[in-house]
Amino acid sequence: MAEIDVAEVGVRGVNSTLHGLPEGTNETDWVILNPHGYHSIACGLDEHLNVAIKGHVGFYCGGMNQLAEISVEGHAGVGVAENMMSGTVRVSGNASESAGATAHGGLLVINGDASSRCGISMKGVDIVVGGSVGHMSAFMAQSGHLVVCGDAGDALGDSIYEAILFVRGKVASLGADCIEKDMTPEHIAKLTELLAAADIEADPSEFRRYGSARKLYNFDIDNIDAY
Amino acid sequence: MCGIVGLYLKNKDLQSQLGAMFAPMLIEMTDRGPDSAGFAIYRNPVKEDQTKFTLASDEAALDWKSLDGDMEKALKCDVQIDEQGDHAVVITDADAAAVRNWLARERPNVRIVGSGRAIEIFKQTGLPKQVSEQFKLAEAHGSHAIGHTRMATESAVTTAGSHPFATGLDVCLVHNGSLSNHNRLRRNLEREGIVFDTDNDTEVAAGFMTWKLQQGATLHEALEAGLGELDGFYTFCVGTAEGFAVVRDPIACKHAVMAETDDWVAMATEYRAIAHLPGADKSVIWEPEPTKVYTWGEARAHG
Repeated sequence: MAEIDVAEVGVRGVNSTLHGLPEGTNETDWVILNPHGYHSIACGLDEHLNVAIKGHVGFYCGGMNQLAEISVEGHAGVGVAENMMSGTVRVSGNASESAGATAHGGLLVINGDASSRCGISMKGVDIVVGGSVGHMSAFMAQSGHLVVCGDAGDALGDSIYEAILFVRGKVASLGADCIEKDMTPEHIAKLTELLAAADIEADPSEFRRYGSARKLYNFDIDNIDAY
Repeated sequence: MCGIVGLYLKNKDLQSQLGAMFAPMLIEMTDRGPDSAGFAIYRNPVKEDQTKFTLASDEAALDWKSLDGDMEKALKCDVQIDEQGDHAVVITDADAAAVRNWLARERPNVRIVGSGRAIEIFKQTGLPKQVSEQFKLAEAHGSHAIGHTRMATESAVTTAGSHPFATGLDVCLVHNGSLSNHNRLRRNLEREGIVFDTDNDTEVAAGFMTWKLQQGATLHEALEAGLGELDGFYTFCVGTAEGFAVVRDPIACKHAVMAETDDWVAMATEYRAIAHLPGADKSVIWEPEPTKVYTWGEARAHG
């Protein structure tokens, strides 16, 4: 286990160290100290690394992540795990706006609450939020899953495409073209799998599913394989 | 962009460290606003029959001492002047309206930046660090402060267009965002007798608050009314004699974070401006919800 202190080497020092590791490196376990709310910590990683960040981070932490397992022991600022491709980002506290924005893959776990626009334009990522999400979450969400163990704010899933939303608590309001849908056994199975992956205890039968009414965008069922 | 910061000290023992705690908050927001910076600091409240004015002039060679003498003679009052950079803090027992009229007539190049019993406002173009040093912010004592680092979008980079904007006695406003209906609103407010010095959008928001407060609204009511009238993006932080208030527009895309310990309450555009405060890592941290007015101060807890 190696430690990097942001107070000593700065964000650029942290990221260049992690980026400079050779492919298939054995130095996989890293601890980042004193993040001090700085932006873009552990961005653009593309190796099987375990990176534990001890404290609150600023914007875009874990952005563009591929393969790495990143944990934030604190709160995260705007755009945590934005555009993540694969791997995992876990936040022990709350996340600010636009968590998991445009992310294509991987798993984003927020143990606390996420603010507005959580999962905006998500393109395949799985997001599990232990608490509640703010307004306009899953706005224009295209693919992937958003699991909310608490409540959802106004306009959930506005202009949604084919992402699947599970909410346990109250939904303040649904956005344009977002409707409630049946929970089938296959959805219960997927939700069970996501909660287990997130290490969050919740009863899948308490959740309701929301998704696209498919009236707002030109969806032709014959093209389903393209999604 | 732009950055805003606010710090209220719950623990009065920390008042001697207000500036030392607050100056790094302002400077940390330099990336968000390198064009100009400003802050309001609440300290040394004057007596009931006195008013404290912060004045500024773009004339480098302005003779503040002659202003002191001339005002005392003309208004038959006592005037104390404390020069701070190119600003001056004036304490007088003269009628506040008479002071305003006299300044407008006799010293048209002097701007009134703020007035009240405790507030002092300092603002200037340049990097936040320079502005902070010019006005010796790090050495300041006081009960609370709010500040702003500006990246200009809606009007020119000038000292007059810098924040905070005074909105009444001991009240001032800083703004992160931009307003889209400020021209129409400015015309409407001018018809109501509100006077504007600049083309700045935030000055219109400040003018709106001034108008509402003049009509007898509480600060809370004025901010609630603003939610209905001000179109655009904003996180506002409003300094008052007792503390400060925070409100965000319904979309809430202008960032804001708040943190509280037993000793202090802080707000900032980004957490990194708060991270250095003692106990920040263990503080209660949250994001203010859209359209909810948060207030802190001696009179009331938050909520």
